[in-house]
Amino acid sequence: MTEPGTQHSELPESTPDARAIVDAIVASVQADRSRLMDIVQAVQQRLGYLSKDAINAIAAGLHIHAVDVEDMASFYAFLGRAPKGRFQIRLSKTPISMMRGAAAVAEAFARETNAAIGNTSPDGNFTLEWTSDIGMADQEPAALVNGTVLTNLVPADAGDIIAALRRHPPIPLFPGADPQSVALPKARVVTNLVKSGPVIFQPEGRPATGLSPALNQSPETIIQVISKAKLRGRGGAGFPTGLKWKLCRQSISEAHHVVCNADEGEPGTFKDRVLLTEVPDLMFDGMTIAGYALGARHGLVYLRAEYAYLWSRLQRVLEDRRRRGLLGSDVCGRRGFDFDIRIQLGAGAYVCGEESSLIESLEGKRGAPRDRPPFPTDRGYLHQPTAVDNVETFVCAARIMEKGADWFLGYGTRESTGTKLLSVSGDCPRPGVYEVPFGITVNELLDLVAAPDAVLVQMGGPSGQAVAPKDFGRQIAYEDLSTGGSVMVFGTGRDVLGIARQFAEFFVEESCGWCMPCRVGTTLLKEGMDRVTDGCATLADIAALEALAGTVTRMSRCGLGQTAANPILTTMRNFPEAYEARLRPEAFLPRVSLNQALAVATAVQGRGPVEEGN
Amino acid sequence: MSESRFAFRVDGVEVEATPGQTIIQACDAAGVYIPRLCYHPDLEPAGHCRVCTCKIDGRRSSACTMPAAPGMVVENDIAELNEDRRVVIEMLFVEGNHFCPACEKSGDCELQALGYRLGMAGPKFPYQWPRRELDATHPDIFIDRNRCILCSRCIRASRLADGKAVFGFEGRGIRMRLNIDAEHLDETVIAAADKAVQVCPVGCIVVKRTGYRTPYGRRTYDDAPIGSDVEAKRVKGKK
Repeated sequence: MTEPGTQHSELPESTPDARAIVDAIVASVQADRSRLMDIVQAVQQRLGYLSKDAINAIAAGLHIHAVDVEDMASFYAFLGRAPKGRFQIRLSKTPISMMRGAAAVAEAFARETNAAIGNTSPDGNFTLEWTSDIGMADQEPAALVNGTVLTNLVPADAGDIIAALRRHPPIPLFPGADPQSVALPKARVVTNLVKSGPVIFQPEGRPATGLSPALNQSPETIIQVISKAKLRGRGGAGFPTGLKWKLCRQSISEAHHVVCNADEGEPGTFKDRVLLTEVPDLMFDGMTIAGYALGARHGLVYLRAEYAYLWSRLQRVLEDRRRRGLLGSDVCGRRGFDFDIRIQLGAGAYVCGEESSLIESLEGKRGAPRDRPPFPTDRGYLHQPTAVDNVETFVCAARIMEKGADWFLGYGTRESTGTKLLSVSGDCPRPGVYEVPFGITVNELLDLVAAPDAVLVQMGGPSGQAVAPKDFGRQIAYEDLSTGGSVMVFGTGRDVLGIARQFAEFFVEESCGWCMPCRVGTTLLKEGMDRVTDGCATLADIAALEALAGTVTRMSRCGLGQTAANPILTTMRNFPEAYEARLRPEAFLPRVSLNQALAVATAVQGRGPVEEGN
Repeated sequence: MSESRFAFRVDGVEVEATPGQTIIQACDAAGVYIPRLCYHPDLEPAGHCRVCTCKIDGRRSSACTMPAAPGMVVENDIAELNEDRRVVIEMLFVEGNHFCPACEKSGDCELQALGYRLGMAGPKFPYQWPRRELDATHPDIFIDRNRCILCSRCIRASRLADGKAVFGFEGRGIRMRLNIDAEHLDETVIAAADKAVQVCPVGCIVVKRTGYRTPYGRRTYDDAPIGSDVEAKRVKGKK
C-alpha cells in the first residue's frame, strides 16, 4: 500500500488493496450505515482522500448508492474527494486571527510551501487552505496541520515548520496518534484558564464526587434537583435542562440517548476546549447522570474535527472510567444501570452545532437541520428520544448533583443561575477563559479582562450581537445579553464594518444550503456588505440590505440562517455612524460601472470608451 | 364532522383536519391555498423553500412540516408573509440562470408562476451568473442545472416512488448542486416515466421532444394563477 497522499492524480485507484482496506473498514462497524462518518474518515485516513472508487466500495459495502455517500461526504470541509497534499495546512480565518496578522502568516506559508492559498504544492506535499475558527481565538494566528494544532504563529515560523514537515513522517489526518506529540515548532495549545470560579473550576481543583450519590437517588429526584437549580443550556439558547430531561424521559421508546454537543464552532468560543482538557471527568459524570435520569444506556459525544487532537486523551479518560466502574454494566454498583459513551468526531461544519444537524451528522448524513416538531426529545438520534446538551451544561449538572440546587442558586441572577464560562479574545492583555457569575455587566467584564478602551464587544459570536459602549452597562445573562461563551473585544481603531463583513463571509461558508433563504441570502448579504465596505453603497442600498437581512432572519429554517444577518443588523443598529461614514451621497449608483463592464474590451482594443461630451 | 376530525382557523376561515395531517394537507383539502415550491402532495415534505411559511399561533413555521392541531390559529395570506415569500422567489431567480422566454417549462413552471402570483416584477438582487452543467447524454431526458432550485423533489421521488436513487445533493451552501448516481445520466437507471422526472417544478429535468408543444394560452398557468386549482375546491365545496 502506498503512503496516504504521497502520490496525486494518476494513482491507480482500484487496486485490490484499496478495495480490501475499504471492506475491512466497513466490516469494522458491522456495515452500519449510521456509522458512515467513521467509515469515510477511516478511509480518508488510510487512502489520503475519498476517491470515486473508494466511494463506490463504501456504497457497495453498506448496500447504499454512491450518490448517498457523496451526498454526505461532500458536505464536510475536512473530507476531500480529490488528492491533497501529504500535509494539509488549514489557517484559521476570523477577525481575531486577521488582526493578529494571519494574512502575513498565510503569505509566508504560501512562499515556503510553494502553494497558493486553496491549492496544493507542485511536489504534492502541502495543501494550503483557510478554514473557519478552530477554537484558538486566544492564541491566534493558529492553524491545523492535519490533526495537529499550531498556535501563536508569526510569519517567521513558516520556514521552520515547513522544513520540519519536509523531514517529518506523515501526521494522521484524524486520530490514531496524539497529534500534540508531533515534534513541530508551535505545536502547543495553551489552556489559558485565566479566572477560576466557584462552580466549574473550583480553586481547590478536586475531582467531582457527585456521580455515585446521584445514582443512589431516583431518576425523578435528579430531574427535580436539576430543575430546582434552574440550570439552562450553556450553548446559548438557554432551554431549561431539567425540562428537557423530563420530556425525554417521558417519551416512550425502546431506547433513549444522551448526546454531548462538543462541536463548539461559534467563532471566538473555546471554553469547551478548556473543559475537555481540564475536567473531562466532570463532563462524563454529567452525561452519566443524565443517562440515569432519562433512562438511556448510550451516550455520544460529538467532538468537532478541529479538536481531534483531544481524541486520544478523551479515549484514555473513558478507558479509565470503564476500569473504575464509572461506565459499563452496573455503573458505580447501581444494579441495572448500564451506560457507556462513544465519541463521534465531526468533519468540519459549523452548522453541526445546531442540535438537529448534529443528530443528522451522528447518523452519518450531511449536517442539514431538521424541521421541528418532532423535537429531539421525542425523535432524535435514530428517531429515538434524545437529550442534546452542551459540554458546560453537563459539567454544571455534575456540580449541582454534588453540591445541591440551593448552592447553585446562590450564584447568578434569578433567571440565569450559576456561573458562565466566557471565552475572551481580541484586544485585551489576557485572552482566555473566565468563569464569572451570570449577571456581570459588560463593563465589569471589560475591567476584569483589562480592556477599558473597547469600542465593540461581539457577544455570542457572529450569531450574537455587536455591542456598543452605550450598552456596556448591560448584563450577561439569558434575560439580557445571552451568549454561549464567545466574547470578542475590539479596541480603538478597529474597523466595525470590516468585522461585520468578515462575519457575513463566515455564514456564506457555513450555510448548509438546505433552505433557500439562507443558502442564497447569506451570499446576497455578504455582497451587500461588500458594497458598503467598498464605499459604493447609497442610502437605498443600505435600506435594501436591511430589508434582505429581515427576510433571511424571518424565513430561514434553523438558527444559523435566523442569526446570519445579526452582524449586519446589530452593527446597523448600534454603530450607525460607521455606516454613515462610508455612505455615498448619490441617490443611485449602478452595481456595475461602465468601465468595469468594458474592461475586457478596453484591454483588447487598447483604448477606452468614448464618453459623451469628450 | 366525524369524531376524530378537528378544526383550526386559517386567516379566519375554519379548516377541518384529521389527525396526522399537516397544515398544508388540510388546507389543500379545504381549498385554502398556501404558496409552496418544494412541497409536492405525493412526497414527504423536506422544508427547503420556506415559501409555505405561515404564522402559526404567532410563530413562523413551514406549513408542509407542521402537523395541524385543534384550535390552531394560522395566518397565511397576509402582506408580511407574501412579501417575504416573494423575496425568496426573487433570490432563486438570481441564484440560477433562469431565462424564461426560452425555457421549455415557461407557462408550466411553478417558480415562474409563483413569481407572478406573488407580484414579482423583476429580481432586485445582483445576478450570480453561476456556471452550471447540462447533461443531455440520456436518450429521453436532459438535465439543465441552470434552472435547478435544489428543491429535492427528484431526490425524494426517485427514492420513494421509483425505488431508485438516481439523485442526491453534493456540496453545501451556495455551492450545493444536484448530483446523479453516475458520471452521466445515461449511465443511471432513470426512465422518462419516472416520478422523479415528472415532479420537477422548473425546467431542470426535461423529457426530450416534449418542449414547446403547448401553444401559448393553453399552458398550465396561462389562464389562472398557480394555486387556482386548490382554491377551486373551496368554491365548489363551500358556497
